[in-house]
Amino acid sequence: MIPACPLADLPRGEAFRLEIDPPVSVFHTEDGELFAIDDTCTHQDASLADGWVEGCWVECPLHASKFNLKTGAVDAPPAKRPVRTHEVLVEDGMIYVRLSAATPNLPPCVATKLAGVLA
Amino acid sequence: MVGASLAGLSAARSLRKQGYDGRLVVIGDELHRPYDRPPLSKEFLAGTVDEAELALEVDGEDLQAEWLLGVRATGLDRTDRAVRLADGREVRVDGLVIATGAAARTLPGSEGLSGVHVVRTLDDARALRAELAQGGRLVVIGGGFIGAEVASTARVLGLDVAVVEAARTPLAGPLGESMGAMVSALHADHGVRLLCGVGVKGLSGERRVDAVLLEDGRGIPADIVVVGVGARPCVEWLAGSGVELDNGVKCGADGRTGLAGVVAVGDCANWYDPRAGAHRRVEHWTGARERPDAAVATLLAGGATEPGVPRPPYFWSDQYGVKIQFAGHAAGADSVAVEEGSPDDRNVLAVYRRAGQPVAVLGMNQPRLFTRWRKELGRTTS
Repeated sequence: MIPACPLADLPRGEAFRLEIDPPVSVFHTEDGELFAIDDTCTHQDASLADGWVEGCWVECPLHASKFNLKTGAVDAPPAKRPVRTHEVLVEDGMIYVRLSAATPNLPPCVATKLAGVLA
Repeated sequence: MVGASLAGLSAARSLRKQGYDGRLVVIGDELHRPYDRPPLSKEFLAGTVDEAELALEVDGEDLQAEWLLGVRATGLDRTDRAVRLADGREVRVDGLVIATGAAARTLPGSEGLSGVHVVRTLDDARALRAELAQGGRLVVIGGGFIGAEVASTARVLGLDVAVVEAARTPLAGPLGESMGAMVSALHADHGVRLLCGVGVKGLSGERRVDAVLLEDGRGIPADIVVVGVGARPCVEWLAGSGVELDNGVKCGADGRTGLAGVVAVGDCANWYDPRAGAHRRVEHWTGARERPDAAVATLLAGGATEPGVPRPPYFWSDQYGVKIQFAGHAAGADSVAVEEGSPDDRNVLAVYRRAGQPVAVLGMNQPRLFTRWRKELGRTTS
């Protein structure tokens, strides 16, 4: 489990970005629910934490594909692949994330960069 | 559905999502399945995105539609309720979505010259990409977004690039004078020559273009010329059909036309904008993506729907590694103020206001703040 931030520091409607590789963001919806998904849009290098949250969907700040915070599913292009979802826990007022073991769907430009680092 | 690009595909999706389970025919004049156009002047042209990635349909997606591709619609017969096709066929329709888009304007007299391009379709972009790979001197006619993006991409590819703009300031229409000047300063930052306030008289060359001739008598040597002087709505095929044409298809606030069972969406549609109290033809990707939902709801309900107020129009552009985002309408603003960042750093969040109320927002490399302002704009202007 990775500690994210104190729940008190994440107001409703806001997101917190965990600077891990690849980055993960925790969203606090207007309804008070907490969700964690991969932060990078699967279409291009954009941070979903900068996006527009409505209900349990976040709209990519650049090209308007929406990702479901619960399931990671994408509604429509330009993004075509879902983001990973991660488990969120709150203990003693602290938000924790348990990372998914699945392979992330990173956009081609970011995937190439990562591969370059690994190679 | 006449038109098989983003607006047509989005309308087809909306029809299925909203429960229409009848026969669905999609007619498109290009041979290609629906593809994404914004990368054509950017990543696709640069070679970092390939054709497969441009596909707008998801793997395994099946809208149960009949696709008639590579054939142009040439007329609409309102009494027979039929769409006539260029190959002589006719498709009878109960409902019609007009999504025929827009075509790039060309330069009169440039038809016979090779080396002269527009960027609108995949085939256009393929041809230009092949030529840019040869290198040389590129002259872009038009300092708008398409022209600026092509200039930026070509510069990255190592070409010598000049941009010619007839207006005093590029992008003054969409962004206003001061912000238009700021954004187009990116050209000089990256070694691209920008010539403003001078019209183009013509092109010179025998079979292939060799220079762009300006109205002040100058000639700019060119191996490749890209004409980026806007687009015109593709609605000629509707002449005499009874569908009212005025800067595209004249529509209500939900895409309805004067003919029952006929709606229009995307670049060819001149929608009524309740905020502005006027009709506006919006050529933005997001409009083609979002508005079909409302138009299809109207179509399925036989017109018995109350149109909602759409979100403020939004578009983006990528130039020289800078993410440019804009939402709203700059034209109605009486002031514009930089709220964050600095023009000198090409990192700016600027808000346009009218009588103190925000009416538009511009971001350069400010996606987070931009999203907040865009949201705010949706609230205050609805």
